[in-house]
Amino acid sequence: MKISVQATDFDVGFEVQNLSKEKTVGAVASFVGVVREVPMTLEHYPGMTENSIKKIADEACSRWRVIDCTVIHRYGALRPGEQIVLVAVASAHRGDAFAACEFIMDYLKTQAPFWKKEQRPEGERWVEARASDDQAAERWQGPARKTG
Amino acid sequence: MKVKVLFFASLREQLGISGEEIELPSGVTTVGGLRCYLSKRNDSWQGVFSEGRLIRAAVNQDMVQPTAPIKAGDEVAFFPPVTGG
Repeated sequence: MKISVQATDFDVGFEVQNLSKEKTVGAVASFVGVVREVPMTLEHYPGMTENSIKKIADEACSRWRVIDCTVIHRYGALRPGEQIVLVAVASAHRGDAFAACEFIMDYLKTQAPFWKKEQRPEGERWVEARASDDQAAERWQGPARKTG
Repeated sequence: MKVKVLFFASLREQLGISGEEIELPSGVTTVGGLRCYLSKRNDSWQGVFSEGRLIRAAVNQDMVQPTAPIKAGDEVAFFPPVTGG
């Protein structure tokens, strides 16, 4: 498992290739979040941010048959078009990889301490949390299931 | 008892500090109690910690509910709902 909270960019191809090396891996699902339209600065809580992502990834590994996973999240100043986050999950089959990847992303949105501040032409403003993000995470509550 | 209190994002900006060591009166034993205590410092702290505002908290870097207990030496953080990803 690789968890990294970093200012620098990441190479999706390299990270996905790294997850594909184990010979039991038959599927790698990846999600990349990108800055849309407005420049922003991302603040985090060093220590807690890494730990909370680790907990979410551990939970995904307990719910689905995950062989390995990588989560990279950036902080600091980011421009439109830049990558913010990568979640990549390796599994034997696509069902587990897709589900675990989506689960990690949904929980990261509501549990991992990051805060976005947008630099808009009219001034800076903190992004407000969205109820739809809470709902996305809540739909995973309930009995764990393993697919594939 | 003494605790370390941290503030993040909009809270940090509005208060003008990122954290401090605070000596708590004996009656303050939970995260909710600490929030209430901080809100009574002065008008600007009251504005930031007013009851209607959604504020999340963590004790020793674990997200907790307002009823969570605090003890001497704890690191207690207050912050707005998170917006990463």
